[in-house]
Amino acid sequence: MSFIPKPKVAHPGIARNELGLTVRDYEGGISTLCAGCGHDSITAALIQAVFELSIPPHRLAKLSGIGCSSKTPAYFASQSHGFNSVHGRMPSVATGANAANGELTYVGVSGDGDTLSIGLGQFCHAIRRNLDMLYVIENNGVYGLTKGQFSASADVGTKAKKGEVNQQPPIDPCQLALAIGCTFVARSFSGDKQHLVPILKAAIRHRGFALVDVISPCVTFNDHEGSTKSYDFTRKHAHAATYADFVPYADEIVSEQAEGSVQAVTLHDGSRVLLRKIGADYDPRDRTAAFDYLSRHQAKGEVVMGLLYIDDSQPDLQQVQSLPEGPLASVPYETLNPGQKALDAIQNRFR
Amino acid sequence: MQPTDIRNPQYFHKVVDCQWGCPAHTDVPGYIRLIAQGRYTDAYMLNRQTNVLPGILGRVCDRPCEPACRRGRVEDKPVAICRLKRVAADLRDDVSALLPKAPARKNGRRVALIGAGPASLAVANDLLPLGYEVVIYEALGVPGGLMRSNIPSFRLPVEVLDEEIAMIVDMGADLRLGTPVQSMKALLAENYDAVFVGTGAPKGKNLRIPGREEAAERIHIGIQWLESVAFGHIDKIGEKVLIIGVGNTAMDCCRTSMRLGAKSVKVMARKPRNFFKASPWELEDAEEETVEIVINYSPKSFVLEAGRLTGMIFEKMEYEFDGRGRITAEKVTGEEFFPADDVVLAIGQENAFPWIERDIGIEFDKWDVPVVDATTYQGTRPGVFFGGDAAFGPKNIIWAVEHGHQAAISIHRYCQGQDVADRLPYGMNLATAKMGMHEWSYSNYYDPAERRMMPHVDLGERFKKLNIEVELGFTPEQFTKEVERCLNCDIQTIFTEKLCIECDACVDICPTQCLTIAANGAEDELRTRLSAPAQNLTQDLYVSAELPQTKRVMIKDEDLCVHCGLCAERCPTGAWDMQKFTLEVPYARDETMPPSAQARTGT
Repeated sequence: MSFIPKPKVAHPGIARNELGLTVRDYEGGISTLCAGCGHDSITAALIQAVFELSIPPHRLAKLSGIGCSSKTPAYFASQSHGFNSVHGRMPSVATGANAANGELTYVGVSGDGDTLSIGLGQFCHAIRRNLDMLYVIENNGVYGLTKGQFSASADVGTKAKKGEVNQQPPIDPCQLALAIGCTFVARSFSGDKQHLVPILKAAIRHRGFALVDVISPCVTFNDHEGSTKSYDFTRKHAHAATYADFVPYADEIVSEQAEGSVQAVTLHDGSRVLLRKIGADYDPRDRTAAFDYLSRHQAKGEVVMGLLYIDDSQPDLQQVQSLPEGPLASVPYETLNPGQKALDAIQNRFR
Repeated sequence: MQPTDIRNPQYFHKVVDCQWGCPAHTDVPGYIRLIAQGRYTDAYMLNRQTNVLPGILGRVCDRPCEPACRRGRVEDKPVAICRLKRVAADLRDDVSALLPKAPARKNGRRVALIGAGPASLAVANDLLPLGYEVVIYEALGVPGGLMRSNIPSFRLPVEVLDEEIAMIVDMGADLRLGTPVQSMKALLAENYDAVFVGTGAPKGKNLRIPGREEAAERIHIGIQWLESVAFGHIDKIGEKVLIIGVGNTAMDCCRTSMRLGAKSVKVMARKPRNFFKASPWELEDAEEETVEIVINYSPKSFVLEAGRLTGMIFEKMEYEFDGRGRITAEKVTGEEFFPADDVVLAIGQENAFPWIERDIGIEFDKWDVPVVDATTYQGTRPGVFFGGDAAFGPKNIIWAVEHGHQAAISIHRYCQGQDVADRLPYGMNLATAKMGMHEWSYSNYYDPAERRMMPHVDLGERFKKLNIEVELGFTPEQFTKEVERCLNCDIQTIFTEKLCIECDACVDICPTQCLTIAANGAEDELRTRLSAPAQNLTQDLYVSAELPQTKRVMIKDEDLCVHCGLCAERCPTGAWDMQKFTLEVPYARDETMPPSAQARTGT
């Protein structure tokens, strides 16, 4: 935590996006998290992603539950809509918001506790409904706000700061999401923005539930030797399955990778994700293979990174429920209230 | 790139743009902080250490620090450094107890200084405390040189000049006024241990065009005319005045004319405005006083009627420019007559040494300028030194002071029988500014305040007398705001790579995108792939050694750092620290005493 706000002064040559805004226009209040927290780095990546996508701030909604992670919405896009909800209940609020207005861009920020412990049920059902949102898990393996107890994502064998060793198996959000039909599954690392930012952009543009599990070291309680969620461990054991490049609809794909290891995935709005694969056998369209790949590499103690699975063909909540186009608030009064005759007709059906 | 060698004092010195830009390397951020703390006397003494004449320079310095100031790159206008210097000088207490003193026991060496201008005064200031006997020869009846004779008293009050000169002379210099040196040979025969020539550039350039001789009575040479005004020999001028030339002397001439009864003053410039030699603020001040600056007119002839000057004919010029604004071609498109009762020529000045014999081992080059070593300030005859405008032609007061410091070192070494070229190196001191978790020993917040405007005496009021100082000085409300505009560039960002865990916290928080963690590369290429492209090639990149985890490097573009310290506040491991940089500038006294033994003021 710092005593001064981030000065408003900016680089005179600062880049501007299509809306004429700078990256500084997407900032929020100064973080009150510990200095060096991975979450702050993810916040910066989110700022970069929404800036590069030229999302008008008033068309963005940020939602969160409870925890260190869930303070994030206060730290970016201060001109956007924000909802800091009850612990683990952010998916319900997001579902309601999405049902009321499917046109906003929804970014949910949660943590391993908020998602995998108290909020596990809500998380799974949001995936099942293929709610159109970006769901970021800032995953540090500990409960930071309560002084560093193991969370549900702590690996077997990882050491707490005071030395105790975790023996309970972790819930891997990516494997869980694959198992229940998530349409966009990715994992990245707060310490590698070149990897993270394109994934966040693709996830925002994906129509449906986009899970991005971001390993985000807790610099205060989980960045020591013996921890499997530290900066050092993650860097040493990262296994990149894919590298993503996000190509907006308007842009030409300039250079295809020569090796032929690049796979282009076109999203519903025409933009594309270029996936450069490290393992030639990896196919991000094949759910079972992705599940298998994750299991095999994680058994070796590796942290698999990249856009792991994508399926852009599934209908989202809006389509399944045949919700009207546009926000409910803009539905004309006559349509919302068709009058006494129409009500009588409906009621007669139940008599 | 190789890791930056931050053990070299010049690296961090260069980051302090104002101090780097100042010929005398004044610790500008240091004294601005002292003013902010209300320690005006300490601020004055910190100034005096390097520039010797803070009260004078706080009014009339050419301020190379201000165009260099980082604030001018981050936003529009630099910090009003010069005027803050004046604040320290105006509000200080009696400093007599803090001034250097000459020892009662002399060291037996005698030094002659010729001319009592800023260069000689700086030499005397440095040598008197070391026990030298110093004799200053001055042609005029008062000391100060050009500061006295050429700078009008409405810019530099006589009392300020007198007081700061007295601080030096009262240490025990033998000041011989009204004693021009007529012959160097004769002076050398007096067996001084060393001689310093600080006679300035006293000869104004003439304009030899038709009519010059005939109208000589109403045509004045700028610096001589200003001198006559300063000493009360001239107290009026005609209603219509033309000033030829647009240097700072021209600005003094036109403004002086306005005070001697002129109704219409035009400054005639041969070239467009961006070629002017005058400082922008001096142009502004002149224009405020209704002086008209007319561009693209080249003088052709003086016009007389019945033996009396009536005006001048100018050629109207037209120029072509290349992409970089340089003139590639010029042509004359016509002629125009401008009426005038008086004309003042301010087209430059030269040094002149009719009194130095050419057969005594002091060599002159083809322009009749003495050959002087740029480091030692020694001429070709051992023991004879030059400084100020006398050494390398017209510069300004602050350069003259620095020449004086350097010449004093040479004179001291020469008198001790040591090699004058073997000089002490610059040193530095770095000390952390950290006072607590997120507390620093300086005001680290970026204050978005704009530059304060110097209040001036009303136009009607200021013309009543010649010596009404136009600038009133900053009010307390103004300077308490202005000091906060300083970016504290001497509080350096210091990086310790082995502590870095590459969490990106510093990169993310930096408001001006100075920081990048990236793979190393050649400088040209590296400059293109930073958080923001580093296009200012005059500003260095601070590159670390390889970082422990990924073997990338930390790169800081020094250009636009506002020294807010947020990188250090957000760093979980203390890999970034803010440290106060103090440049140790060697002076003559350091030849006998290590810098650590010097009593220093400031933080």
